[in-house]
Amino acid sequence: MQVIDAATTARIMAVLDDVPDPEIPAVTVTDLGIVRGVRAAPPAVLVTPTYTGCPATLVIEASIRAALDRAGFKNIEVETVLSPPWSTDWISDRGRERLERYGIAPPPKGIAARHLRGDEPVACPQCGSSETKEVSRFGSTPCKALWRCLDCLEPFDRFKCH
Amino acid sequence: MAPSLPTVQPDDVTMAEKAPHGGSFDAGNAIAPQPALFDYLLRLGDDSLILGQRLTEWCGHAPALEIDLSLANIGLDLIGQATLFLNLAGEIEDQRRDGDKLAFHRDVLAFRNCLLVEQPNGDFAQTIARQFLFSTVQLGLFEGLARSSEPRIAEIAAKAVKEVRYHADLSADWVIRLGDGTEESCRRMTEGLDWFWRFVDEMFDVDDVERSLIEAGIACDRGSLRVAFDARVQQVLRDASLSLPEYPRAVRGGRVGHHSEHLGHLLATMQFLPRTYPDAVW
Repeated sequence: MQVIDAATTARIMAVLDDVPDPEIPAVTVTDLGIVRGVRAAPPAVLVTPTYTGCPATLVIEASIRAALDRAGFKNIEVETVLSPPWSTDWISDRGRERLERYGIAPPPKGIAARHLRGDEPVACPQCGSSETKEVSRFGSTPCKALWRCLDCLEPFDRFKCH
Repeated sequence: MAPSLPTVQPDDVTMAEKAPHGGSFDAGNAIAPQPALFDYLLRLGDDSLILGQRLTEWCGHAPALEIDLSLANIGLDLIGQATLFLNLAGEIEDQRRDGDKLAFHRDVLAFRNCLLVEQPNGDFAQTIARQFLFSTVQLGLFEGLARSSEPRIAEIAAKAVKEVRYHADLSADWVIRLGDGTEESCRRMTEGLDWFWRFVDEMFDVDDVERSLIEAGIACDRGSLRVAFDARVQQVLRDASLSLPEYPRAVRGGRVGHHSEHLGHLLATMQFLPRTYPDAVW
């Protein structure tokens, strides 16, 4: 059976570090925390979906497959794992910065389980004001809610705590 | 690819042969008893699939953009659950049927969903009533299933329960908003709950199929969820200034394939394309 070493694992992770999320191309699949790691034997990249029905999941797997093939890792499998379930706490600090710069308010860290409803105020990613209001708990994709800034009046997406 | 008339599939023939003489709907189980776990996974998967399909009918028609997005997103979550449960059902059955095959190439008598999910959307308040009752039950059910001794069921439930919490919250908020709203919204909300209340008992039924699985620690005992369900419904209805619906005679039968006329119509729309063009891919 093929077994991969730590150096190869690091090279694979570096490849994945450049694979953008299809819905939010400002962040990569590693930023979002949906790559759960690389299994040594049998070698596989382990990926977990954000939401059960997220249609981007298939595209993400295909993008990861293509990136691995391009980098010469043709015999590394891509496998979906459900457990433990994905949480916004797994979004990296770099991912949070990138989301904010892209105009999406990132979820607060470390409180996903306690704040499912995402009710606490969030800073507007356009003007920084904390006078903001939830318009709809469901937004343009399963992972985002729609919010509005009461100061600059701009609507914005917010990553739901999950 | 040349269009073809829907052809009779091999499973359709098998199923027709198994059906009681005359194919009577009421003559007992049309389908031979199936291994309990497979049947249980169909129940879980079909509930999510059929309600997911119903909710997509609202897409572009809901009263406001925010709830249009919400209903579509809830539908998407439910169809995601269905994919996982039905794929697992296909794996357990081991007859080379995957989730798609089970969703699109089974006929109405082989579906195992409860009657509540297949009912037409009605007006917006009816849709909200159905969602509130279903999501409240599903939340308790999935919390229980997250502790299932079958790890593949446990991981699906643990993942989905986080999403179902949103569904239950959102639909409860709307019950309150409509119930405690205008005279008309209150009337419609009351009528919606009255209509759907007859389908509630079926969601808590435990039969022999489930009993064996409950004993094995695989299934969650639906009966044990009733007290928490009733308490939650009463709490929300109190906030909505509504009273508990009059108790009509409960109807049941979905779990053994005795469905209302509505399911066939829903399936006709949902299954038309993959049945007419069996090799169609995205």
